[in-house]
Amino acid sequence: MASDRVFGLCIIGVALVYIASAAQTQVGFLSDPVGSRTVPYIVGGLSILCASAIFLRPDPNPVWPPLAVSARIGLALAVIYLFAITLRPLGFLIPAAAASATLSYLIAPRPWHAVAAGAGLSIGLFVIFKYGLGLGLAPFGRAITG
Amino acid sequence: MDLYSNLSQGFAVALTWSTLLLAVGGCFMGTIIGSLPGLGPSNGVAILIPLAFSFGLDATEALVLMTSVYYGAMYGGRISSILLNIPGDEPALMTTLDGYPMAKQGRAADALVLSGVASFVGALLATIGLMLLAPVLARVAYLFGPSEYFALYLLAFCTLGGLSSSNQAKAALAALIGLGIAMIGLDNQTGIPRLTFGELHLMDGVDFLVAIVGLFAVSEIFIFIESHGKSSAIGVKLEKITIPVKDIANSFLTMLRATVIGFIAGILPGAGASLGSFLAYMAEKAVAKDKDTFGTGNPRGIAAPEAGNNAAAGGALVPMLTLGVPGSGTTAVLLALLLTLNITPGPLLFEERPEVVWGLIAALLIANFVLLIMNVPLVRLFVKILSVPPWILLPGIAMVSFGGIFSLSGSSFDLVLMTIFGFVGYILRKLEVPTVPIILGILLGNNMEDNLRRAMIISDGDWTYLFSSGISIGLWTAALAGFVAPLFLKNLLKKPQRTET
Repeated sequence: MASDRVFGLCIIGVALVYIASAAQTQVGFLSDPVGSRTVPYIVGGLSILCASAIFLRPDPNPVWPPLAVSARIGLALAVIYLFAITLRPLGFLIPAAAASATLSYLIAPRPWHAVAAGAGLSIGLFVIFKYGLGLGLAPFGRAITG
Repeated sequence: MDLYSNLSQGFAVALTWSTLLLAVGGCFMGTIIGSLPGLGPSNGVAILIPLAFSFGLDATEALVLMTSVYYGAMYGGRISSILLNIPGDEPALMTTLDGYPMAKQGRAADALVLSGVASFVGALLATIGLMLLAPVLARVAYLFGPSEYFALYLLAFCTLGGLSSSNQAKAALAALIGLGIAMIGLDNQTGIPRLTFGELHLMDGVDFLVAIVGLFAVSEIFIFIESHGKSSAIGVKLEKITIPVKDIANSFLTMLRATVIGFIAGILPGAGASLGSFLAYMAEKAVAKDKDTFGTGNPRGIAAPEAGNNAAAGGALVPMLTLGVPGSGTTAVLLALLLTLNITPGPLLFEERPEVVWGLIAALLIANFVLLIMNVPLVRLFVKILSVPPWILLPGIAMVSFGGIFSLSGSSFDLVLMTIFGFVGYILRKLEVPTVPIILGILLGNNMEDNLRRAMIISDGDWTYLFSSGISIGLWTAALAGFVAPLFLKNLLKKPQRTET
C-alpha cells in the first residue's frame, strides 16, 4: 500500500517539474499547429492521472529486502556508479577489476573467489574487447599514464 | 515467381561464409543467453548490440547476428525451465509447468529433446509465415498515413500495456515515462531544445541503448543480489539423450496448433512471445482429454508452450519489419538496432533494401536448422554452461554492458545515466511497473509525435482528422479493446502456479 502511494506522489512531483520545464520551451514564430509544447503537456498530464490512480488504488506492498540486503544493494549501486565515473579517466583495467571483485563479493562473500573474479574478468574481458572485438578501450586512462 | 526470386536473392546474401559464421555464432550465444536464468532475450540482445557495432558489421550482417541470438535465446529459455524449474526467460515460464515435473520423473533428456523439436517446428513454420505474410502486410502499410501510424503506435502501447501487467495504470504510466523521456532533446520539427534542464549532454536526447541496457541488464544485478543467487545448482541429472519418438509423434498436432496460436499472438503489436506460449498452453489444456495430467509432466504440456513461444518470436518480426512497430520487448530492442544502423523499417524497406529483408529471412531459415542441431544432440554442452557460478556471471554481465556502451559513446555521462536507469529499473520491477512499455515509449515516442504533428499540419489543426479513415477507426477501436479487455479477462489470463521445487 504505502509503497505505491509514495511512488504515485513521486511521479506526480516529477510530472509537475516536467510540465513546468516544457512550458519553458521556446516557441518559434513559424510553428506547426501542435507545436513543441503540446505533446509534453499531454504526457505530463496523463502521467499525473495514472499516478493519481496508483495513489488512490495502491497494490499490496512488494516484499522489500531486509536491511542487510538493502545495504548490499546500496553498496552495489555505489560500486557501479564509481565504475561509471572512473572508467574514462582511469581506463578499463583497474576500475573493472575493483568493481567486479566487489560485485562478486556481494553475491558470494568469499574473498579469494572475489579477487579471482575481479582479476580474471578485467583482464579476460579487456583482451576479448580490445584484441578479439577491436573495441576502443584504454587499459589505463590519462589520469594514470599522464 | 516473385517469392522464389526474392528468396534466392536472400540465400545469395545469407550463404556467404561470414554470414553463416555469424548465424552459427549468434545461435550459440543466444542459446546460452536464453538458458541462463535472468538473462533473457531482450537483455542479451541489448548487451550485444554495442559489440555488433564494434565488429563493423554492415546492416544485413548485424541483423543476422542479432536475430540469430534472438531465435537462439527463445530455444535456450527452456533448458533452465526444465532442469531448474526456473524460466530462463519470461516466455519459458509456461514450460516449467510440465517440463520440471517430467525431469523429476527421470525424463529430463526426453523433455529437452521434445521441447527442442517443438521449438524447431514453431520457429520454422513461423519463419515461413513471416516470409509469406510480411510482403502482403508491407503492401497494406502503403495505405498508412500519419494519423493511421499514430493510431497504430497507440495500439502497440495499449495491447502491450494491457497484457503485460496486472495493473493498467502502471502499464500506462510506464508507456508515458518512455514517451516523456523520448521528448527530451532537440525537437525534430523546430530544432529547439526541449526539457534538457540546461544539460548539454541531453541535447541529443537519451540514447535508447543506454536506457535499454540500464533497465534490462543493470537492474538485473540488483535483483540478483536481492534474491542472492538461489538458482545456481542443477537439481536434475541428465541421462543419456535419446529421441522420444513416441512423444514427438503424439504431440505433433499439438505443435501445429500451438504454432498457429503463437504466430498470431506474436503478430499482435505489443503482445509477444509470453502471450504466445501462455495461450498455446491454455488452449492445449482446454482441448486435451487428459486435462488433469497437465502440470504433472505431460509431454504435450511442454510441446505446446515451446512451439507457441518460438512461433510468436517469428510472428513478432512481422509488424517490426513491415510497420516499424515491435511486437515484443526483444523486437523493440531489434528495432533499436535497426534505427541505429540507419534502417527505417516499413514498407519502403521491402522496396529499397530487399537484400536486407530477404537476407534476414534466409538467415533465419538457416538458423533454425543450426539451432535444432545445437539444441538436440549438443544440449549437454549448454547444460554445462548453466553451471557457471553467479559470482562470475553477474559481474561479467555488468562489465560487458558498461564496456560495450562506453566503447560506443565514450561518454561518462551515458554510463552514469545507465546506472540511474539500472537502479530505477530495479525499483520499478519491485513495484511491478512493466519496463518494456518504457523502452517502447523511448523508441517510438519521436515517431509518434512526428506523425501526430504531421497529421495536424495536413488537417490544419483539426483533431477529428485522427479518426477520419476506416483504418484508423479500426486501430483506435482495437487499441481501446486491447487496453480494457484484460480488465474483464483477468481470471482467464491468470497464470497457473508453478510446482514447488
